[in-house]
Amino acid sequence: MDSSGRFVARHVATLPKSGIRDFFAIVSKMKDAVSLGIGEPDFVTPYHIREAAISSLEKGRTSYTDNRGTQQFREEISRYVAKNYGPEYDPETEILGTIGVSEALDILLRSTLNPGDKVLYHEPCYVSYAPSVTLCHAEAIPIRTLSADQFALDPAALRAAWQPGCKLLILNFPTNPTGGTADRSKLEAIAKFAIEKDLLVASDEIYSELTFEGDHVSIASLPGMRERTVFLHGFSKAFAMTGFRIGYACGPAAVIDGMLKVHQYGIMCAPIMSQEAAVEALRNGRDSMLHMRDKYRERRDFIVRRFNELGLKCHLPRGAFYAFPDITSTGMDSMTFAQKLLEQQKVAMVPGTAFGEAGAGFCRASFSTSYEKIHEAGERIARFLDTIPRR
Amino acid sequence: MNSVLKLILDGEALDTAQIGKILGLGAEAVDRELAALRQQGVLLGMRPVLNPSYESEHRVRAVIEIKIRTEGVGGFDGIAERISSFEQVESCYLMSGGYDLLVVVTADNLYKVAGFVHERLARIDGVQGTSTHFFLRAYKKDGFIVNAEASRRDQPSVSP
Repeated sequence: MDSSGRFVARHVATLPKSGIRDFFAIVSKMKDAVSLGIGEPDFVTPYHIREAAISSLEKGRTSYTDNRGTQQFREEISRYVAKNYGPEYDPETEILGTIGVSEALDILLRSTLNPGDKVLYHEPCYVSYAPSVTLCHAEAIPIRTLSADQFALDPAALRAAWQPGCKLLILNFPTNPTGGTADRSKLEAIAKFAIEKDLLVASDEIYSELTFEGDHVSIASLPGMRERTVFLHGFSKAFAMTGFRIGYACGPAAVIDGMLKVHQYGIMCAPIMSQEAAVEALRNGRDSMLHMRDKYRERRDFIVRRFNELGLKCHLPRGAFYAFPDITSTGMDSMTFAQKLLEQQKVAMVPGTAFGEAGAGFCRASFSTSYEKIHEAGERIARFLDTIPRR
Repeated sequence: MNSVLKLILDGEALDTAQIGKILGLGAEAVDRELAALRQQGVLLGMRPVLNPSYESEHRVRAVIEIKIRTEGVGGFDGIAERISSFEQVESCYLMSGGYDLLVVVTADNLYKVAGFVHERLARIDGVQGTSTHFFLRAYKKDGFIVNAEASRRDQPSVSP
């Protein structure tokens, strides 16, 4: 009998497993399931970007790089961020290449949080935020965002959630799983509050290129925010590069320096071939990115219309590639709905509660999949709904 | 671009009812659009793209380069249109470079292609010479990789 569990640290042992994992286990065993549960682009990385990685290998560029990433990589990031988001960062001291935003956020938390510190974040949100905070022996404090606000963070709710000991605020716009965005006026109010309470802001902008309506505004570009914001970004979503595991953090030098310590001991550096592919994406990836964004927008319009036709109220997500329909009219909770839909019609949607308690009553449906699959899922969901009494 | 056309060109296997639902049009409206596109000569037809190894077993396909002389025979168009009218001809293009027309033909076997070249093409007034190349194996056809491995088979079916 395996009794090695006694070696696992208490704060890890008590950490709940991601709700998505359990769900994945069921779906992966099921044949002919239509999955709307995939949280990554259905496009293959554009060929010119793959070619840059191939060429890097052919040239024998297989070594470690500077812990921060190659000079070229950091210079391209600096140019790209200044051009598209506003703030200018020094490639020598203010930019760090990472293994995706996942690592960037993790090392940011580990290098800034003391045990007992408090971290504010908006919910529903990406599955790793609260656990990553817990792993730092810090306390995660959720702020609920609402369907009525299109899941944008209400500055008043932020103020109400704040308590003494709060050190950091995690933002993610556009948001996985809701597609919520924050306009300039909301961000200005949030920025003002962050300055008032001396909060460090971690802004995960991984979906920012996939903004369908209005312009994406980075909180780092607002007055007084550059010095208290770490801008986190990567290549997985906009350039369909999930498997490359490559991202970056830009921020004030002392914070980046702290992150660099954790990064250099834990990771060393991001893979050089991924860095070189990322350089190509930053230099020449815009057209492919815009092409994919247009495809997502078209599919979004279809899936949202379909959910609403079926009586599952669904707001129009302004960014990312997830629809987040309200399933409360079925009288079921998110998990029951997702499980029954999977059992009876073999359609996988992720229960909203996988993204925090604030996701109760919703399910996430990725529209990063073919029209054929979205259409088929719509037909199956219609059949499923026919079998249950509606409120 | 016409939204119906754009969706068809994406290469997804959708029928008109599905296209109608996706575009919020209704199947009849899609049929009307398609009919209009045909009438305008924009849409010439729609055919499935078959893996060549599943086409009838001994069918052979060849590409023929044709050099032509245009004086007194109605110019390129006259000859190209005549060649295009043979049922063996899948496609026919006027080319720049070392020859003038590129013709793709299919037939039941090699001898029938040979017969077509000798008895039909070579007899057309204006055809000066031909060079025939047989297709051996297809790796990509009309944008589809033939025998593509399931390239995303390790992709999890649910992910955060």
